[in-house]
Amino acid sequence: MSYDVRQSLLVAKEQLAPGIFDYRLQDAWLAGQAKPGQFLHILVPGKTLRRPISICDVDPAAQTVRIVFEVRGEGTAVLAAAQPGDVVDVLGPLGHGFAPVNQQGRALFVGGGIGVPPLLYAARQYGGNATVILGFRNREAIILQQDFVNAGCRVLLTTDDGSAGAKGLVTAPLEQELQQSPAPVYACGPTPMLRGVAALAKRYQTPCQVSLEERMGCGVGACLVCACKVRRADGSEGYLHVCKDGPVFDAQEVIW
Amino acid sequence: MADLSVELAGVTLSNPIIAASGTFGFGKEYAQLYSLRELGGISCKGITLKERPGNPPPRIAETPSGILNAVGLQNPGVEHFITEDLPWLQTQGTAIIANIAGNTPEDYCAMAQRLSDTPVDMIELNISCPNVKEGGVQFGTSCASVAAITKQVRRFCKKPLMVKLSPNVADIAEIAKAAESEGADAVSLINTLTGMRIDIETGRPILRNNTGGLSGPAVFPVAVRMVWQVANAVRIPVVGMGGVSSWQDAVEMLMAGATALQVGTALFADPYAPLKICRGLEEYLERKGLRSVRELTGTVQTW
Repeated sequence: MSYDVRQSLLVAKEQLAPGIFDYRLQDAWLAGQAKPGQFLHILVPGKTLRRPISICDVDPAAQTVRIVFEVRGEGTAVLAAAQPGDVVDVLGPLGHGFAPVNQQGRALFVGGGIGVPPLLYAARQYGGNATVILGFRNREAIILQQDFVNAGCRVLLTTDDGSAGAKGLVTAPLEQELQQSPAPVYACGPTPMLRGVAALAKRYQTPCQVSLEERMGCGVGACLVCACKVRRADGSEGYLHVCKDGPVFDAQEVIW
Repeated sequence: MADLSVELAGVTLSNPIIAASGTFGFGKEYAQLYSLRELGGISCKGITLKERPGNPPPRIAETPSGILNAVGLQNPGVEHFITEDLPWLQTQGTAIIANIAGNTPEDYCAMAQRLSDTPVDMIELNISCPNVKEGGVQFGTSCASVAAITKQVRRFCKKPLMVKLSPNVADIAEIAKAAESEGADAVSLINTLTGMRIDIETGRPILRNNTGGLSGPAVFPVAVRMVWQVANAVRIPVVGMGGVSSWQDAVEMLMAGATALQVGTALFADPYAPLKICRGLEEYLERKGLRSVRELTGTVQTW
């Protein structure tokens, strides 16, 4: 694993939904290193801490890394004010991403809200073998649906209010898919969603990898602040760290 | 080229910049970025006699120009440090400072004794951690308790002994004198200032531990003042820390009376901060016509 501090050029910026921005950072080294499920730790001028933002996609030909983030506070608001041509200071790529299971077989991807972006690069590796279940609050909040379609994936959509796709939670279509034939599950989203996804994966005895979030410090595993409680193979409990051991964990080891 | 090396309690550091305990682990993560030879030393993550799981998350909150943390001394225990981390660390060409924290005086003594038979260069007595329920800062907030713990550990510690002081006290200079009087070879300060933030939507503290330790640029002026007070009160060397982020901060802290510095929170925004501080110090010394960084210590001319 290799990471470094990079001065990456912001070459394209789009707004995908209210408060959600899509950046493409041109950086050949970063694009060559980045793996699905990893993240970038981004310096925001004037802030003491970097902001961890998941890698959404990599375009090897354009040598760009794509990040999609939501404005949640002052730091991400400053980041959202950057313009194409600006340099973004990133530490990365960081973390332990999604482990490929069997890319010749079927895989299920489940994303909720701003948890959707980290799944795109991983789902792209499966192309037509991927069924992607995306959940959003409403029609206005939908992001990246077409990107998954363009990657060849089969996309199932849900919204909380039924304004697009099926009304309800992502766990309903996930259970239908698992009933048809169990397949490895990759998920990212709010904790209650991940808890539900993990429980379904357990019931259908299929491997499940979840990408988690926690307030983070150094980003490289030195300061130990972004703790995630897990049950180890020997049954004992302890804390692993989202930045280094994760952000992707085996759902069955996480103590929710 | 100006000389950056300093003498700290009999240990020669190649430069005065030490990675601060708790921000640098045992060095492996940052060794991916640069050779640890570039650092004067590493103060390792605080270790305890037995493994500690640490506090539940969230363990960190950002504050204006700073952070609050409440990690709670998560560490694998002293034996694990000695067998798993130290063998690699001792090949890295930097001074190794073992930071130890205990629940009881006996814990501290046992660790000091055990570490005295290892290649660590120095022991930093952490009697100032604000984030654990037992031990830690309870030993560090009165002159009597600081004197008592220093005296006890001194008997078992064959390495240079540096006592890390809490700023959450009425008179830090008196505390430093208490440590010096019982045989401390150096003092380091400041540990974090106790703080708290509340999420106004939920009414809950952001940190699961409710309170945490404040560090970063927000505490820098407090740290400079305390380093100055302590340096004027003791004869042993003072290691200054608390919000040092740039070479200018480093010069300021040295002028206040520090012999060496620890850099912690600044690493999170810029992992290369210690290297940049060293380069900036060198250029400053050249510009001022000084031959050694040692010439800066305590040179503030107060009004």
